[in-house]
Amino acid sequence: MNDRHIDVVIEPTRDHYEDIQLFTARGSWIKLALLLVVLVSLPLLLPGYRVFTLNYMAVFVIVGLGMNVLVGYTGQVSLGHAGFLAIGAYTMVLLMTRLAVPFPIALVMAGCVSAFFGFLLGLPALRLAGPYLAIATLGFGLAVTQIIGHSALFGGHMGLVVPDAMVGPFPLSGDVSKYYVIVGITFVLALGVRNLSVTRVGRAFRAIRDSEIAAATMGVDVAYYKTLSFAVSAALTGVAGGLLALMTGFISPGVFTFTLSLMFLAMVVFGGLSSITGAVLGSIVMGYLNLEMDAFQELPVLGPALEGFSARFMSTVGLPNFGWVVTGMLIVFTILLEPRGLYGLWIRALDTMKYSKSADAELSRSGSGAD
Amino acid sequence: MDKHPEVLLELNAVETWHGSLRALSDVSLTVPEGSITVILGNNGAGKSTLLNTILGVLEGQPKNGQISFQGTRIDRMATERIVRSGISYVPEGRRIFSELTVWENLKVGAYVQKDQLSTKKALERVCDFFPLLAERQSQAAGTLSGGEQQMLAIGRALMNGPRLLLLDEPSLGLAPILVRQVFDIISQIRDEGVTVLLVEQNARMALAVADEGLVLDSGELVVAGSASDLVDNAEVEELYMGAPSLPIK
Repeated sequence: MNDRHIDVVIEPTRDHYEDIQLFTARGSWIKLALLLVVLVSLPLLLPGYRVFTLNYMAVFVIVGLGMNVLVGYTGQVSLGHAGFLAIGAYTMVLLMTRLAVPFPIALVMAGCVSAFFGFLLGLPALRLAGPYLAIATLGFGLAVTQIIGHSALFGGHMGLVVPDAMVGPFPLSGDVSKYYVIVGITFVLALGVRNLSVTRVGRAFRAIRDSEIAAATMGVDVAYYKTLSFAVSAALTGVAGGLLALMTGFISPGVFTFTLSLMFLAMVVFGGLSSITGAVLGSIVMGYLNLEMDAFQELPVLGPALEGFSARFMSTVGLPNFGWVVTGMLIVFTILLEPRGLYGLWIRALDTMKYSKSADAELSRSGSGAD
Repeated sequence: MDKHPEVLLELNAVETWHGSLRALSDVSLTVPEGSITVILGNNGAGKSTLLNTILGVLEGQPKNGQISFQGTRIDRMATERIVRSGISYVPEGRRIFSELTVWENLKVGAYVQKDQLSTKKALERVCDFFPLLAERQSQAAGTLSGGEQQMLAIGRALMNGPRLLLLDEPSLGLAPILVRQVFDIISQIRDEGVTVLLVEQNARMALAVADEGLVLDSGELVVAGSASDLVDNAEVEELYMGAPSLPIK
């Protein structure tokens, strides 16, 4: 619904082999339906303030999907995605306040404008790779925040209040109604990005990641697909920015920091590169930590322990940094334990289950064979 | 129309530069249709540069000269169009897409073919050629052995349904028995009507299957002739095949 890459998903490249894949994937339809049931019922089961956390995590998941397209599929790097988040958020809010554009259209526009900037950033990226690309995107992210912070149109450092949003005749007032909008969009986008990987475009992205030279010699237009990848990634992040504005009701340049960009990159690496499951898992965990670690004193067990440690050995000034210390340590340990990140751990757990299951089956078969 | 229908690819005074370095100077050659032509030469002689120039992946190159394929000028054409016109490439060191499945690798090979049916036919043909690839279709290509990866790289190039196949050092890093297999396959491909232009350091093996041979030295063509002539050529023998029998101390 928000931009062109959804069209790409329905491109009919299906053939015999992919039909087979779809057939074997029938089990996953049940899982998907189950997930949908859980997502629908979650806000009914959790206390109200938790729904806000869920919304925040869902916004992170959309950014994670965007990062996954760029970093996981295409093998590019970005340290400036907070810039796209800001562009999306400010586009939506300004359209709604200045031009009275309805929320759904403003959100789509947020994605489009962000995609345009993604395309622009993608152009220098054609000539840059690795650390050089990281620095270029870093500069972009910082510039966006600076420009917004010093411009009256964007409300300067004081920020902007987000007007009440309506979807058709329905106002989005509470966290729960916003939850259904945000999580619904997240769900659709996640399916879209997942399907993207097996289309012609997705294969071109991944071929470029694995070997740019070989892809070019097969006639894949590397320049086109690299910029497209930036644009798609930025579009998703722009939509996430709009939804972030929707859920928080207020935006200011202080939100879209370099640290946030770093977090976005960290979460796809932490989750496990190039798998949707990994990106989603990583984003959920990092989104949760990003929000909750600000108030880590309130965490069960860990909170009081860290607070005690800090009071004993450190100054109280350093207390808020503990959130980052814990987050950082968690990432380091996960990557040490399993370089494929959370997704790798997940696969290992499944393998272990499968192995013990097949071992059981083996055992019972040999048992029946004996008599 | 083409004046020499038997000539598939023709290079005329081609000159390629890497920055301020002249990598190819005044290279003129013809590749006859239905042949295996091998380009020999030492490291840095410009063999790979020659293939990359034909394929149009070097920006702004060739600086001078003309390349025609089936009578049509292809120098300075976009790689995509060159590939679509029927030239496929097996890169040095295979360069398969390691995290894509075997089947996805083949599909990228048919990337410029928009026609689903011809892609499907090409796939069937490649699977006939390499039954192993059909067996391993959903396996990540990076998990294949070196020899299997070379088969995949060749299969991937055939997916485009080429009339001319360019191969860059297909024997690189393969055990001798696999090298023999790869060259057998290359002759089979030629027998099916695909013209082959091959770059090799393994001169002995390459000349055994080739029809025509060329020797590049420092970006210049120094010897050209039939493969059997080259085998007998003393200069080639000395330069590129080592001494016939090394004396043992």
